[in-house]
Amino acid sequence: MALLELRNVSKIYHLGGEEIRALDDVSLDIDGGEFVSIIGPSGSGKSTLMHILGCLDTPTCGTVTLDGIEVQRATATQLAQVRNRKIGFVFQFFNLLPKLNVVQNVELPMIYAGVSGRQRREQALHALELVELGNRLKNRPSQLSGGQQQRVAIARALVNNPRIIFADEPTGNLDTHTGEVILALFRKLSQEGRTVILVTHNPEIAAVTPRRIEIRNGKIAEKVDARLAGLDRVSAAATAGP
Amino acid sequence: MPVSPDWTAFPRRRLPALEVTGGTRMTLWNAIVVGLKEIWAHKFRSALTMLGIVLGVSSLVTMSALVQGMENGAREALVAVGGLEKIRVEAQPVPVEQRHLRDFATGVTLDDVRALEHSAPDISKVSPELRFDSPPTLAADGKTHRTWMTAGVWPIQAQLMEHTIEHGRMFTDLDNEMARNVCVIGTGIRDELFGKPEDTGEPVVPIGRSLTINGYPFTIVGMFTHYESEQDRRSRELREKERLERIASGKTNEPAGGAKRDRGWSGRRSNFAFWIKNNTVYVPLNTLWMKMKSGQSNAPPVPKLSSMEIKLRDSSRINEALTQVRNVLMVTHRGIEDFSFRTQEDRAEEIDTFIRNARVSGGLVAGISLLVGGIGIMNIMLASISERIREIGIRKAVGAGDGAVFIQIVIESTVIAVVGGLLGLATSFGFIRLITILTPTDNAPVVTAAAMALAFSASAGIGVLAGLLPALRAARMNVIQSLRYD
Repeated sequence: MALLELRNVSKIYHLGGEEIRALDDVSLDIDGGEFVSIIGPSGSGKSTLMHILGCLDTPTCGTVTLDGIEVQRATATQLAQVRNRKIGFVFQFFNLLPKLNVVQNVELPMIYAGVSGRQRREQALHALELVELGNRLKNRPSQLSGGQQQRVAIARALVNNPRIIFADEPTGNLDTHTGEVILALFRKLSQEGRTVILVTHNPEIAAVTPRRIEIRNGKIAEKVDARLAGLDRVSAAATAGP
Repeated sequence: MPVSPDWTAFPRRRLPALEVTGGTRMTLWNAIVVGLKEIWAHKFRSALTMLGIVLGVSSLVTMSALVQGMENGAREALVAVGGLEKIRVEAQPVPVEQRHLRDFATGVTLDDVRALEHSAPDISKVSPELRFDSPPTLAADGKTHRTWMTAGVWPIQAQLMEHTIEHGRMFTDLDNEMARNVCVIGTGIRDELFGKPEDTGEPVVPIGRSLTINGYPFTIVGMFTHYESEQDRRSRELREKERLERIASGKTNEPAGGAKRDRGWSGRRSNFAFWIKNNTVYVPLNTLWMKMKSGQSNAPPVPKLSSMEIKLRDSSRINEALTQVRNVLMVTHRGIEDFSFRTQEDRAEEIDTFIRNARVSGGLVAGISLLVGGIGIMNIMLASISERIREIGIRKAVGAGDGAVFIQIVIESTVIAVVGGLLGLATSFGFIRLITILTPTDNAPVVTAAAMALAFSASAGIGVLAGLLPALRAARMNVIQSLRYD
């Protein structure tokens, strides 16, 4: 059985009486240890797919199985537990807590896992060494460069030893060189046997992963009619602006 | 990059199935530390928020201390006039339905006293009391003083009214039998007629000297001790000590300060009950009767008393004792109810009512200020969570459950309230000192541990309540929207 299984998943929003299918009958398998990118223009349903895969949200219909756990009917608290134990998040805007220093930020997921103080410190230091930030422990996020902040975020994502790492536009806010360093880090994590899922709108970044899932108009792109995909691209370009 | 990190070294917690809840618990201590950090991060804001709780707690403690002081003073005074065991039997006009029998009414007489002595086992002491129709004039050394509290009594009255002789002696039964012209006075009379020790600088003991009561000469054989409340005693001793220190330091010439004014008893902050007790003059009953009353034109052949003082054996049997006394007196009065009881129960009840009212009104004021403080906390917590929407989103994304977020906010607001409560307890002592300096009263405020415990737990409870709504709001925030929030 695959690590992540989506079966006929739809997410439907209602905006002013109008039904919007952000995800439309998506089925998808991701195996343990895969290095996958999810690619698609903004408005394609890519973010919605990531939220559902990352247990930040539940689908309107369909089943989601993560590491053998059916999460489509989970309560908010149960989803929080799954996020805590199974998933590590890396965000475009780093999302570190500005009032906490580097170690405290990395310790955060373990606090909610109920890990004791000494063990938290130990694991946080270990994770920070993996991202080569063992020397900036007491700094505040605002005292670090963007690349360093993103590495702290990666350490935080790793620290509870999750099965899956989600990265949402992890290089979107970094210069090209730093972005490459971060991508190299993800590749390395993948080589170590971790499941890494990159979410991006940038095909160049998606190119580093062996498997690409393209999503358009709420559907996996392979299944989308070519003509519709073309229209979608035009509309995406229109909404994206100059 | 270190080569091949050993991730297996990490303890791996299994999450078996979703039925198992728990695990996303943030420890209580962590939450408290986070709360304290939040307070510290917004020092000024937190201080303003706490101010409401500080004022609420300190006003609650201060209020209760003031009321407790009043209660202590009132109870002290109650004991000074004989306590609950003392009952006064007073003559009273014949009731309407017995009006036709009024010629047979005897009034309270010595016969009643003797009858009670022998026939009412629930009574330990009984003393007759005969007063003047108008305040008699006392005179000595060319000074005069009029006081109601001049009475002809038996020697046992001194015990009954809880008097203590400091100088000389109480007159005896023999003095009474012989109708001797002797008297025992309180220090208030001494102050008026012979001078205060505070003014003369040395003890004034007029034992053996004489005074006149309505012109009849009496020899002073005894003087009671000076009665005063605890508070008065302490302040007097302090003044005395300061005076001695001044003398010791050589400044014996005290400023003259111009003409002395007597502002009457009310001006000297002293309790009325103690003032009355200090202004007592006792003479033997027979002396008063034979030498001063029997000459009056309409005097009856047997001494008709003003009242009787009765002491019960046991204040808990007050109703039984009163029935006993009434039965005896109905016999001696031949069924005419021309007497009434005056107990200290009424007074005790008045004290209770007054104290209860003071408690309720004070508690209400303090409660309202605590409530206002609580609303202040709620307000600031609401502001705080809307400032921290993104933080809450991040915490939820890395695995904080709704419960953990809820508890964190409740604890933060409780920490504010508890710190405010502790500061309030400290402030209340300052308040009480300030009040004692600004408006000195007889009754020193008494801080009780119960009041402090109540105020503190009220502040903690209000902190929890004030945190509930903001915490609920924070817990219900949507993760995705919170993460996108700027």
